[in-house]
Amino acid sequence: MIEDRRVDGNAIGGLLADWFGREMTGEIGCCGECGVVNPLGAVLVYLDAPGQVIRCPACSSVLMVVTTIESTVRMSFEALRWIQSPR
Amino acid sequence: MTYVTRGFRRKREESGPPDRVPPGQYLTSDFPVLSAGPTPRVSLDEWSLTVSDRDGETKSWSWSEFLELPRETVTVDIHCVTKWSKLDTVWEGVSIDTLLTDLGEPGSHVLVRSYGGYTTNLPTADVTGGRAWVAFGYGGQALAPEHGGPARLLVPHLYFWKSAKWVNALEFGDFDRRGFWESYGYHNYGDPWLEQRYSGD
Amino acid sequence: MAGAEILGRLTWQLAEVVEVIDENSRARTIVLHCPEWRGHLAGQHIDIRLTAEDGYQAQRSYSIANAPHAERVAITVELVDEGEVSPFLIEELRVGDRFEIRGPIGGYFVWEPAVGGPLQLIGGGSGVVPLIAMMRARAETDDHVQVRYLSSARSFEDILYRAELKRLAEENDGVSVVHTLTRSHPEGWDGPTRRVDRDMLEGHAWSAQLRPLCFVCGPTGFVESVASILVDLGHEPRRIMTERFGPSGG
Repeated sequence: MIEDRRVDGNAIGGLLADWFGREMTGEIGCCGECGVVNPLGAVLVYLDAPGQVIRCPACSSVLMVVTTIESTVRMSFEALRWIQSPR
Repeated sequence: MTYVTRGFRRKREESGPPDRVPPGQYLTSDFPVLSAGPTPRVSLDEWSLTVSDRDGETKSWSWSEFLELPRETVTVDIHCVTKWSKLDTVWEGVSIDTLLTDLGEPGSHVLVRSYGGYTTNLPTADVTGGRAWVAFGYGGQALAPEHGGPARLLVPHLYFWKSAKWVNALEFGDFDRRGFWESYGYHNYGDPWLEQRYSGD
Repeated sequence: MAGAEILGRLTWQLAEVVEVIDENSRARTIVLHCPEWRGHLAGQHIDIRLTAEDGYQAQRSYSIANAPHAERVAITVELVDEGEVSPFLIEELRVGDRFEIRGPIGGYFVWEPAVGGPLQLIGGGSGVVPLIAMMRARAETDDHVQVRYLSSARSFEDILYRAELKRLAEENDGVSVVHTLTRSHPEGWDGPTRRVDRDMLEGHAWSAQLRPLCFVCGPTGFVESVASILVDLGHEPRRIMTERFGPSGG
């Protein structure tokens, strides 16, 4: 089942840390479609190589897409409106 | 720095006959499920398929109307960009040529839309002339939702990301609009025999 | 924080296997020594990278099993049938072998005793690995954080860390441990014998009124089902941390 295959932001913790230069799964992000805020560790990650599709756990909108082409990583930002450290 | 770990080797995969299995692919006996999002739940009562031509003329079918169209059973090989290939898969579906009868000129390209928001694009020449179907049966049974049921596009001569699951609309026209993976860096055409995985290949 | 320190944690480091512990016929704990390791928090994981002689690389993530430690990091690996990495780690890898690791990674699914409790830990299959790290971190402090630990395993032999958990529960009033077996159970088994459901959580988990911190880890279906029940029972979603491992069995 497809739903069994999805994981969460914990699974891309290393990739996010590589990209942003620091631990990111504890940071919170806002979905621009539904406005719900969640820690990045809680977002849904569909591990579909071609790429990873990162979706809002509340409304399923695409927050980001990560594609790795040869060894170049592209992070595409979609509905992820902002990220910040939790207060 | 890379350190070679004693005793580790890649899993041996079956490469299969080279005239059937494109370069860089290996054979699989199961049918991997890959998806970019949750399975859309579409009831057959609500399901529809709409095809539009270059001038915007449309034809739509409900599920029962769709099942009345002439159907074909085809046996084809399929190739996923994630490197697995599956030979002799049996599908039942309606040819795109059938769907285009009674519509005007299609134009040069088609944008395929799926329930759930997925899209992909192809040249019209690659979905006509008996090269593509909207498939509703796999292996003699109704196509399962995780494999794209109620119906998916089937274009076996290109990488399988072009065979959009949960197909809902085929928009033909003269513009080539990049679909989901194509807009994220995957090859616009996707010929497995030329290993066209990424744009620039 | 100093830039160099942060980069140090994200780069690949060479680790050496100093001990292997066969937990059961399908799971092994691998203890690594890594000189640059600066410690970790319970709940975090490492990425490992294996390189074959022909240059082929495979990368996987494994939860850290040991309590925070300066030079040592332990992972527990469960065998995935037809897998590429787990059979190697469980059947071939020896003490003295080395491979690359990176981490620790994780800032959401983490717990340290200072954060307090009460703690509700619920793990399915190998989802208990980060939870045992939390139990071990708790055991090393004088804190009296109360914890209820619930694990779901297929059979008695599959219960990871069973003896250690039994001892922790016996020695400690603040620790309760329950295992449920979903496929087979031995004669004389007096624990539950079904998948985790609402009745089981009502009976064994902290009530929502006590506002526990809940950590749920394991196969995706398990995690989503359990988290959903916890929300139905009144737990605040913000106090439920989840870690999905993907489809069960790999």
